Amino acid sequence: MASNEAIQKDLEAREYDAGFVTDIESDTLPPGLNEDVIRQISAIKKEPEWMLNWRLEAYQHWLTMEEPTWAAVDYTPTDYQSISYYSAPKSDKDAPESLDDIDPKLIETYEKLGIPLREQKMLAGIKGSNVAVDAVFDSVSVATTFKKKLTEAGVIFCPISEAIREHPELVKQYLGSVVPQQDNFFAALNCAVFTDGSFVYIPKGVRCPMELSTYFRINALNTGQFERTLIIADEGAHVSYLEGCTAPMRDENQLHAAVVELVVLADAEIKYATVQNWYPGDENGVGGIYNFVTKRADCRGDRSKVSWTQVETGSAITWKYPSCILRGDGSRGEFYSVAVTTHCQQADTGTKMIHLGKNTSSTIISKGISAGRAQQSYRGLVRMGKNADNARNYTQCDSLLLGDQCGAHTFPYVEVKNPTATLEHEATTSKIGEDQLFYCQQRGLSEEDAVNMIVNGFCKDVFDVLPMEFAVEANRLMEVSLEGSVG
Amino acid sequence: MLVIKDLHVSVDGKEILKGLSLTINAGEVHAIMGPNGAGKSTLSNVIAGRDGYEITSGSVIYKGDDLLVMSPEERAWAGVFLAFQYPVEIPGVNNTYLLKAGVNAKRKHQGLEALDAFDFMRVVKEKAKLVELDPSFLSRSVNEGFSGGEKKRNEIFQMAVLEPDLALLDETDSGLDIDALRIVAGGVNKLRSPDRAIVMITHYQRLLDYIEPDFVHVLANGVILKTGDKSLALKLEEHGYDWVKENL
Repeated sequence: MASNEAIQKDLEAREYDAGFVTDIESDTLPPGLNEDVIRQISAIKKEPEWMLNWRLEAYQHWLTMEEPTWAAVDYTPTDYQSISYYSAPKSDKDAPESLDDIDPKLIETYEKLGIPLREQKMLAGIKGSNVAVDAVFDSVSVATTFKKKLTEAGVIFCPISEAIREHPELVKQYLGSVVPQQDNFFAALNCAVFTDGSFVYIPKGVRCPMELSTYFRINALNTGQFERTLIIADEGAHVSYLEGCTAPMRDENQLHAAVVELVVLADAEIKYATVQNWYPGDENGVGGIYNFVTKRADCRGDRSKVSWTQVETGSAITWKYPSCILRGDGSRGEFYSVAVTTHCQQADTGTKMIHLGKNTSSTIISKGISAGRAQQSYRGLVRMGKNADNARNYTQCDSLLLGDQCGAHTFPYVEVKNPTATLEHEATTSKIGEDQLFYCQQRGLSEEDAVNMIVNGFCKDVFDVLPMEFAVEANRLMEVSLEGSVG
Repeated sequence: MLVIKDLHVSVDGKEILKGLSLTINAGEVHAIMGPNGAGKSTLSNVIAGRDGYEITSGSVIYKGDDLLVMSPEERAWAGVFLAFQYPVEIPGVNNTYLLKAGVNAKRKHQGLEALDAFDFMRVVKEKAKLVELDPSFLSRSVNEGFSGGEKKRNEIFQMAVLEPDLALLDETDSGLDIDALRIVAGGVNKLRSPDRAIVMITHYQRLLDYIEPDFVHVLANGVILKTGDKSLALKLEEHGYDWVKENL
C-alpha cells in the first residue's frame, strides 16, 4: 500500500549523519598480521613481557581456528592480511596531559558527534549528573575526563594500556578470566591485537560517583578496531557504564572485533549500556562495519547483578551476544535490546543466560525493527545448570517489520538440567499497521512523526530502562534512522 | 462548510460511491443511515483522507478549499475529525502523548504556541469529564486493553480535546451498551455548537433518540437516496430500507 512504500522510502533515504572523516595525520602500521606486528603493538604500548606473551599465545591459538559460519548472516570474508592493526592520531603521540593539549580537530569531531567531551559542556548539558568519558579514536584513548574525582573515590577508570602498566596485578588477575584467549575466533584475534579500550575497577563497597562512558570511533581507512574493555565491580560495588560507537562512511568494509569482560563480585552491580551507530553501509550494502563482538559478564559473587542494555542501529553485519554467567547464588542477569536494521544490514544478535547458581534469575527483552531489505535474527540461549535450583528466566522477543522485503527470525535455544527451573518465552512479529499510521495522521501527526511514535512505543520497554543520558541519545538516533522526506 | 458534488469512488476497481452529493453547514447535525455495504464508511474515510480509495470524479470542498488534495494530517489541522468505527491500538504510545502531539501540530499550523504539559493536562482533565473517562485512561497506551465501550468513549474524548469544526462519527454507537451509549451521546451533545458540524454514521435509530439530528440521509447503492428530518429515521426503523427504494 502507498503509505508503507512511503515509509520504506523514508528509511531508504536515511542518511548516516556521523559519516564524516576527520582529517588529521595518523601513525598507522602497514597492513598484515604476524608475530612482528603483535610485538610492535606491544612495544608501542610499552607493555611488560607477560602481556606480550599472552598476546602471542592468543595469536598461536587463533591460527588454528576457523571463522564461525553458523550465524544467519552472509558477507564477504575478511582478508586478515589486508587490515592494519594499529592506527594512532599523530598529534596525539605525546599523550595529552589535559584537554587543552588535544588536537582541536578531534574535539570538533566529538562535538559533531554530540559527545560532550569538555567537562564544562558536559556539566551544562546534563543536569544533576556527571559522566566521565574515555574516548577511543581509532586505536588509542584520547582523554579520560574527571580522573581526579574518580581517584578520590578509589575508582580506577583509564585506558586499558595504562592499566596494564599501572595496575598489572588487577589486569593479570582478571584479563581473560571471563572471555579466555581461545574462546572464539574473533575473541582470540582481539586478544592478540587489541590496541585500546577502557579499564574500570570499583573497589569494595564503592558506588561509582558518576556514570562512566567510552566513545569508540574508527576513522582511518582499512583499519581494524579491536578494543578490550575490562570492568571489575568488587564486593558491594556499583557502576553504570555507557558505550557509544560511530565510524565514518567508507566504501570498504571495516572490521571491529571487540571484547568486553565484566567481573561482578558478591552484592555488586554493573549496568552496561551501548549505543552502537557504526556505519551501516549504503543502500546497496556497499561498505559498512563488520561488528563481531564478544561481550560477557561473570556474576561470580552471590546476589551480584548485571544488566546489558543496547540500542543498535549501525554496522553492516552484526554478530553479538552479550551474555551473563550467573554463577553466584541469587545472581541476576538482564538483557534489554533494541536493534534497527535497514537497507541491506544484517544482524544476528541476542544473548546467553547461563544459570549455574541457585535462585538465579534473568530477563531478556529484545525488540527488533527491520526495514528495507534487512535481515535480523534473534539468537538466544538460556541454560539452566543442574545446580541451578529455582532458577527463573523470562524472555520476550518482538519484531516489527516495515515494508515487505525485510525479514525477522528468532532462534531461541533452551537447555534445562534442573527440574525446579522456570522459563517463560514470548515472541511476536508484527508489521507497522496502515491503520496505526492513519489513526495518528488523522489526529494531526505527520507520517514521519507517526512512524517515530509507533516505533518508539514498540521500544518502550527497553527505553524505559536506559540511563537518562542515553535515553535522549537513543531517541535521537532512532529518529535519525527513520528520518527522510515523506514522499 | 462541506460541499460534496457528484462523488464517484472506487475500491480495487469496484465503484462504491456513485455520484454522491451532500451539503453540510456549520451548526448542523446530520445522520447518515443505510444498509451494509452502501458506502457509509467509504464516505467518512474519503473525507478523512485514508489511502486505498480511488476518486474517479466529483469534488469535495471544505471551507472553500479542495479537501481531496490535502494529506490526512492537513485535513486534521483544518478541523476534520474522524471518530473511528474500530479505534486502533498503539502499544507503548501514551494516550495523552499522542493527543498532545496532535493538538500541538494543529496549533503550530494555526500559528499558535505549543501548549506546555501543565496547560495541556488542565484541558485534558476537564475534557475527560465530558465522557466520564477515568483519568487512569490518560496514561495508558492508546486503546490497548480498552473495552469496546472504552475505545468509543476515548474517541469522543479526543474529539473534545481536538475541538474539530467537522466531526465524523463512524458507527460510534455500535458495540455500546445502553449506559455507555448515554454517556457517549451526552458527550457529543455537549460538543454541539453553532460553529461545528457533526455527521453521524449509524445503523440504528436508537442513537438518534439521544442525539437529535437536523437531517437524516439514507445512503444506498452509493448515492443519497432520500433526505428528511428525524421522522425519516423512525420510518426506516419501521419499514426497512426497501421501503425507501419502493417510494422513490
